[in-house]
Amino acid sequence: MTVPVHVSSHLRSYTHGKADVQAEGATLAELMTDLDHRFPGLRFRVVDEQDHIRPHMNFFVQGSLVRDLASPVPAGAEVLILGALSGG
Amino acid sequence: MPTRTKSRATRKTPHGAARPARKPPARKSAPVDLYLSTIKGAFVMKGDGVRRSWHITGTHFFGSETNHLILDPRDRTTLLLAARTGHLGPTVFRSGDGGRTWKEASRPPAFPKAPEGQTGAVVERTFFLAAGHASRPDVWWAGTVPHALFRSEDGGDTWSLVAGFQTFLASLKERKPAHVGATPGGAITHSILVDPRDARHMYVSLSAAGFFETRDEGLTWTPMNEGSSADFLPEPFAEFGQDPHCVVMSPADPDRLYQQNHCGVYRLDRPGTRWDRIGRNLPKDVGDIGFPIVAHPRDPDVAWVFPMDGTDVWPRTSPGGKPAAFRTRDGGISWTRQAKGFPPANGFFTVFRQAMKADTRDPVGLYLGTTSGEVWASRDEGGSWMQIAGHLPRILSLEVVEP
Repeated sequence: MTVPVHVSSHLRSYTHGKADVQAEGATLAELMTDLDHRFPGLRFRVVDEQDHIRPHMNFFVQGSLVRDLASPVPAGAEVLILGALSGG
Repeated sequence: MPTRTKSRATRKTPHGAARPARKPPARKSAPVDLYLSTIKGAFVMKGDGVRRSWHITGTHFFGSETNHLILDPRDRTTLLLAARTGHLGPTVFRSGDGGRTWKEASRPPAFPKAPEGQTGAVVERTFFLAAGHASRPDVWWAGTVPHALFRSEDGGDTWSLVAGFQTFLASLKERKPAHVGATPGGAITHSILVDPRDARHMYVSLSAAGFFETRDEGLTWTPMNEGSSADFLPEPFAEFGQDPHCVVMSPADPDRLYQQNHCGVYRLDRPGTRWDRIGRNLPKDVGDIGFPIVAHPRDPDVAWVFPMDGTDVWPRTSPGGKPAAFRTRDGGISWTRQAKGFPPANGFFTVFRQAMKADTRDPVGLYLGTTSGEVWASRDEGGSWMQIAGHLPRILSLEVVEP
């Protein structure tokens, strides 16, 4: 199942400048694996080696903040991957 | 008092063989580049042939926290750069064309995934990069925050944790938990020194846990902190637990080590194992606290420090607001103040551990970058200084590149 993914400016060096891309996955974990296939290196910049979302990155699924990669991605949902209002 | 320096011509190597001092040739006129890694990107400065005129020619990864940008001394072409941002995780980039294009490591330094239910470590930043031995052209080393040593065997594309170092660290923590800790800048792995005579022989420093040696390329390690102090511990002369800020190996004599520690300036002549506090010979009103230390490219008895105020609440700025380098020409027995050109008053410099370096010219050029974004240079071995850049972001490291 492919869903639209919007990424903030921080990640567009990976998405060839695109703000809106597509990725496939029934969970955020699957979605991130697919995104990393499409845009190599992107995943590790936003998800650490212990599979935790990095502290200053925010994931929204259908408008709700999600911190767990096991979270489902419902059909038709839009996923936002945004830099938090922090980061230094 | 330190012992007088042995003759360089007859100093013994750790292996017991007499070895003449190696003296790389000095070039009198050639351009010098400076790579400045800052919290907002890496800046490249180019100097003219006489090191008088300087300009910034470009940036790499502007906006990213770039911790270290180095040129491969083996091929003199490849660049490696460690970066992260406030939002994005730490990674390593490589360039084979002078920084025109960069390729990200396909597996940057990262800890193994912890078993289910356990908390695993996370690399916060790659702090220090070092090229491997000349006989290992594709090997690179990386020191991270938190404490860990990583190795790449494919030119920096994929990185693996050096398991022997982690096992060793775990044993230190088990023995004395308070002796393996973090600094305000994190638990830093730095000063990765590879013996040019022996690829298996290396040193690594940890802030804070001390100075360590391996003779089997990282499989097993030995603390080597005798004589160096840790006045922030109940046991100031412990086997380990010290806070080396910067350790350098003399390019002219790999058996001569200089250390700027949280608690003083030291010298160690291998195969000896006891550090000698040569900073005791600095003026008492200056003290011997600082971050960087620099060794002369051809004379092992010459070194420079840039003291900071380590009194009271530790301002970590130039003592008395009077920036100055101090140079020794006799292995630390005596020191000369070198302040010509620096502000005579109200100059509150902080120079981080990786932000003061020398070139290989004759006379040697010295360069330092401050946390307030200034770059200062000396064309005469510290005799006089001039500001060559200002208004840059906080400078984390400075590397001298002589193409």
